[in-house]
Amino acid sequence: MNTMPDKDKTTIEQSSDALTVESVFATHADRLRAKRKMRELLDRGAGVTISLGGIGIIATLLLLLIYLVYVVQPLFESAQIQRLTSFQLSPSAASGEPLYLALEEQAELSMRLSSSGRVDFFSLADGAVINSEQISIPAGAQITQFALASEESGLIALGLDTGAVHLFSADYEISFSGPNNARQITPRINYPLGREPVFIAADAMQAIAVAQANDSIVIAAVAGSGELSLVRATRQSSLLALLDPSADTDYQLEFTRSELALVDTDWLLIDGDQRWLLAISAQRMVSATALDAVFSGSAAVQASDRLALQTESIQDARFLLGGLSLLVADANGDIGQWFFSVGEEGLALRRVRNFAGSGTPLTALTVEQRQKNVAAIDERAVLRLFNTTAERTLIEQQLDDIRIRSLALSPRGDRLLTETDSGLLTSWSVSSPHPEISWSALWERVWYEDYAEPDYIWQSSSAGNAFEPKYSLTPLTFGTLKAAFYAMLLAAPLAVCGAIFTGYFMAPPMRRKVKPLVELMEALPTVVLGFLAGLWLAPFVETNLLGIFALIVLLPVSIIAMSAAWVFLPRSIRHSIPDGWEAAILVPVIILSGMFALWIAPPLEMLWFGGDMQAWLSNEFGLAYDQRNAMIVGFAMGFAVIPTIFSIAEDAVFTVPRQLSNGSLALGATPWQTLAKVVLPMASPGIFSALMIGMGRAVGETMIVLMATGNTPIMDINIFEGMRTLAANIAVEVPESEVGSSHYRILFLSALVLFAFTFVVNTVAELVRQRLRTRYRFL
Amino acid sequence: MSKKLRKWLRAGSPWVWFNAGAVAISIIMVAGLIGLLAFHGLRHFWPADVMQARYQPPGLPATEVIGELIESETVLAERLQDSGVDVDPAKNFYQRDLWKFGNREITGTDFGWLLTDYISEKKFPDALTVLERQQWGNFYGIPIALLERGETLANSRAQAENDSLLWAELQFRLDRAYELREEISSLQGQELGRVNSELERLRLLERALVIADEMSPTLKQEINENRATLESRLLVIQLRLNRLKAEISRDSVLMRAVNNSEVQIALEDIVRAYQPNQLGLPGKFAVYFSRLWEFLSAEPREANTEGGVFPAIFGTVVMVLLMSIIVTPFGVIAAIYLREYAKQGLVTRLIRIAVNNLAGVPSIVYGVFGLGFFIYLIGGEIDQLFYAEALPAPTFGTPGLLWASLTLALLTVPVVIVATEEGLTRIPRSIREGSLALGATKFETIWRVVLPMASPAMMTGLILAIARAAGEVAPLMLVGVVKLAPSLPVNGIYPYVHLDQQFMHLGFHIYDVGFQSPNVEAARPLVFATALLLVIVIAVLNLTAAALRNRLRENYQALDV
Repeated sequence: MNTMPDKDKTTIEQSSDALTVESVFATHADRLRAKRKMRELLDRGAGVTISLGGIGIIATLLLLLIYLVYVVQPLFESAQIQRLTSFQLSPSAASGEPLYLALEEQAELSMRLSSSGRVDFFSLADGAVINSEQISIPAGAQITQFALASEESGLIALGLDTGAVHLFSADYEISFSGPNNARQITPRINYPLGREPVFIAADAMQAIAVAQANDSIVIAAVAGSGELSLVRATRQSSLLALLDPSADTDYQLEFTRSELALVDTDWLLIDGDQRWLLAISAQRMVSATALDAVFSGSAAVQASDRLALQTESIQDARFLLGGLSLLVADANGDIGQWFFSVGEEGLALRRVRNFAGSGTPLTALTVEQRQKNVAAIDERAVLRLFNTTAERTLIEQQLDDIRIRSLALSPRGDRLLTETDSGLLTSWSVSSPHPEISWSALWERVWYEDYAEPDYIWQSSSAGNAFEPKYSLTPLTFGTLKAAFYAMLLAAPLAVCGAIFTGYFMAPPMRRKVKPLVELMEALPTVVLGFLAGLWLAPFVETNLLGIFALIVLLPVSIIAMSAAWVFLPRSIRHSIPDGWEAAILVPVIILSGMFALWIAPPLEMLWFGGDMQAWLSNEFGLAYDQRNAMIVGFAMGFAVIPTIFSIAEDAVFTVPRQLSNGSLALGATPWQTLAKVVLPMASPGIFSALMIGMGRAVGETMIVLMATGNTPIMDINIFEGMRTLAANIAVEVPESEVGSSHYRILFLSALVLFAFTFVVNTVAELVRQRLRTRYRFL
Repeated sequence: MSKKLRKWLRAGSPWVWFNAGAVAISIIMVAGLIGLLAFHGLRHFWPADVMQARYQPPGLPATEVIGELIESETVLAERLQDSGVDVDPAKNFYQRDLWKFGNREITGTDFGWLLTDYISEKKFPDALTVLERQQWGNFYGIPIALLERGETLANSRAQAENDSLLWAELQFRLDRAYELREEISSLQGQELGRVNSELERLRLLERALVIADEMSPTLKQEINENRATLESRLLVIQLRLNRLKAEISRDSVLMRAVNNSEVQIALEDIVRAYQPNQLGLPGKFAVYFSRLWEFLSAEPREANTEGGVFPAIFGTVVMVLLMSIIVTPFGVIAAIYLREYAKQGLVTRLIRIAVNNLAGVPSIVYGVFGLGFFIYLIGGEIDQLFYAEALPAPTFGTPGLLWASLTLALLTVPVVIVATEEGLTRIPRSIREGSLALGATKFETIWRVVLPMASPAMMTGLILAIARAAGEVAPLMLVGVVKLAPSLPVNGIYPYVHLDQQFMHLGFHIYDVGFQSPNVEAARPLVFATALLLVIVIAVLNLTAAALRNRLRENYQALDV
């Protein structure tokens, strides 16, 4: 802009020959006007730009909150079910009652097994039958029993009244062909033990069961007389079998007939680990037998009250995914989840939770293959889909007016197939994005499978599909608060007392040196503090535990002693040091007493605790000692929050108007009285907000906790044990979690919890401080 | 006496002293922490004397030990007994020394505790040599011969009698190896890297053409020709490399280690050789500074537990610079808007509080946001739109420099806003009014009067932001740092600044080496040094900020008159 006037001058000079003075002035005025317009435009443009930019940046900060909510929100979305298509199967295929319905992985094909032993594969889009196969049943024979190993395995056992058992499963071969590499799914029936049935009993059976593990299949049957028979088929890993995988003879059969009599068996079940054989009667009694014992011929039935299912008139019983929990449905449509736990009185079957029904019996019950979801339909065609872990009912909806007799869930849990009494098949799309999450799963005690009692557990790494995810945020929140508590235990007294002294008593020259030191303390990277805490302090405290305790006791004593001694020192020494330098005098005193404490501790430890305080603690009080524990975190994080609290509290004390304290001193109060009665009440809101902000910082601190604790998510207030905090948990687990999974969203939820907590705490603190400031303004 | 005490109590002196004690404890903690870091961090580079001694615990055969004494401590006899050492029941305490034995391939461990009572015949032979190696850590021993292509040099056995001659020859041959190594690393790092990156670009170009369905035979031929040229260049470099590698592996040295065992060490493995016991103070300082310089300027070795931290320093600096470039304009614009343009009222007040509080939101929350929003959402979109040819390998849809800088910019923008606003508030109204009265527009007033006066405040804000960003690790673990980056984020390979690359960081280096490395004991001194470096950098930045702030205040004191 400085160059502009010169430029104007030159143009005037050039044109002055030809033009009159007026015209020159006119053009000049024009120019000025144009320039003014430019300036005005620029001003307006800048105003708009800055406003937009400013609002944009503030909005971006807001985006942080919005995005977190956006990621977390699907966790709590309710499940949806939508009717896709309905169709009738061709008359030949639709014959007979359905024994079993199943969907294949891609939910393109479905399989239906009818009571006549006919298997039909049909398209889920229009019901067109693609493939059919009849299980070879001799003329006159009837299928009396049906058993499924598990939904995942799809292994089916059909028991005939001749005592024969057919074993097969549906297989889907996927191939890509055609110009667009279109997917082609070819269904077929697979007979692991060959097409010929296994004769397991002499005549019709009461119940059969089948189970499949990696390389063995077990079939169990209770004959009409109650006699138990078992067949174990073990895959042969011989070279021959390896060379020819399709060979029928690659299983070796082993027959066992047991002495046990299991009369009145309505359901026979084998658990997922093939450890227990359960015989359940409609009269709610369970007989549990160890499978291995049956094979070795030493079986004994364990039937007692502890194994009784306290359920009236059992309608259906089957295992949940993973084969650990038993689902038992009664005549009211209630479904109970039961599992074995070995307690003090031995093995007991316990009801873990119950899902209340509508009062009418169920017509179909099925379990999902990847998640602990259960789908049930009752007489009034009301579908209920629920997750056992989360105790969350995802869907409760009447699907049809007619009774639905059969039900299938796709492996991915996104499709449902129903068949009504009239033979009408309907496919439904189900969306239940995060069924395992509910308020109770996140925050309350949950009774997980294989646990003796309900507990708060965080265990996100899964071993497989059957793993029950344990997403309790309670131990993490507890750990966060525990870490913050121990940090505040150190930081609050030190920082507040230090701030009071610095703000009120300290000599100005010393204050000018102390303040930058505290600012430097605030700037120390937490990763350095965490590293020192984990690698230097933790081993040091472990070897000098008593020394640390001696230090904690000795420090106040030595300070008091020094202050008392100061009174008796000769006047000349006392007066050589002006008021407000007490802190400097105490530095050598504290160092000396600290060294003394560490020096005296080993002999004392020898004397009182037999040389090993950790062992003594664990013997006397049962306190476990981790090297990286809450005390170490308390020290390190306390160190990190001291400067935060100190700066704000010191500011609050220092800015209390001097005329107030001067007035109090003039009225004869001692400096301490003035502080306690005049200054502190004025400064207390500021000190409070300092503590709040310090707390906020301690809650969100990540690196120190990550490095100075063992990061085990336990709930124990013991100062000598570690913890895992929300922040550290995020840092450890987010990089490995799958985008969009429940785990990922829960980690975002914990970030949101942290955000909300610190934001609220800081806002409260800030409001308190602002009120304090307005109060001072009037003084 | 009691009167004095009563007065002492009534005046509340104990409480005053208690408060003073709190300050004293805080001072001691800060000073102690810095002192601890400085002591351990700086000691690491000092070439300590290497001791040779005889160690004979009761009931065990005597053995020779060579190594550096690290520290001594007193330990309970019971603890020793628990760990399976025979102790004298009459003694409660034992003194034990931590030794660094080096020679990992012989001794198995770098470090070991020896009971002081059983060490005898301590000596410091002049000929004891420390070899710092590329692999396997330090070697302590006495050179006895030099080998060339596996053959012992004829005169070297004789030279061994005269230690200094052998030493001179070793030095001479080491210098040759250093030079060759330099050449190899430049060839590997730069030329090989450049050709490889060009090949990769060619591959992506080809794929992009195929995806866009624009591939023609002529283009294809052109690409193939280019590829052939590049591959032949690659071959030439490879050949040169092979020749150099053959050259460098020519020499080796035969060392006598503990208990008269002999070990042959290739000179190409040796980073530095010195004989600490016969170095004078100047010599030791020379080694000290050479090691210090290596720490600052070299690449890490041995899974980051040895060598330098240069890539981490470089990564930190580049990331912080990029963050500053992003955060300064945005922070200043937001502050100007809030102070000069926005209508002052309840909403502005709330926004101000919110911005203030965002500075207190845990940094890991920003990390999570950066990962979810920047990397997975925006990065994923960018990959779909512009880097489809590289998919499924993500380009920007993965942690990297850009996202780390952006996340930290978001984290520190409240700091800049608050500091700049404070500076704007402190500028007296009269100055603005003077400018407006002279006919300047609002923007001109801000641009030419207010902002220059507020510039120290902006600088303060920026420096505080940088200090915070440099020390922040938790969010970076999610959005871009890596344990070991193959190359620097800014280098001589097109496109020169690799915004999509992961980088190393001093703070993460501390965490990683201190807690994730297999040999924590060996790495600890280096971590102390790294921590000290980080603290120094941040302290300097903070002190600069404080000085600037003071200057700003002085300026306004003059204005207030």
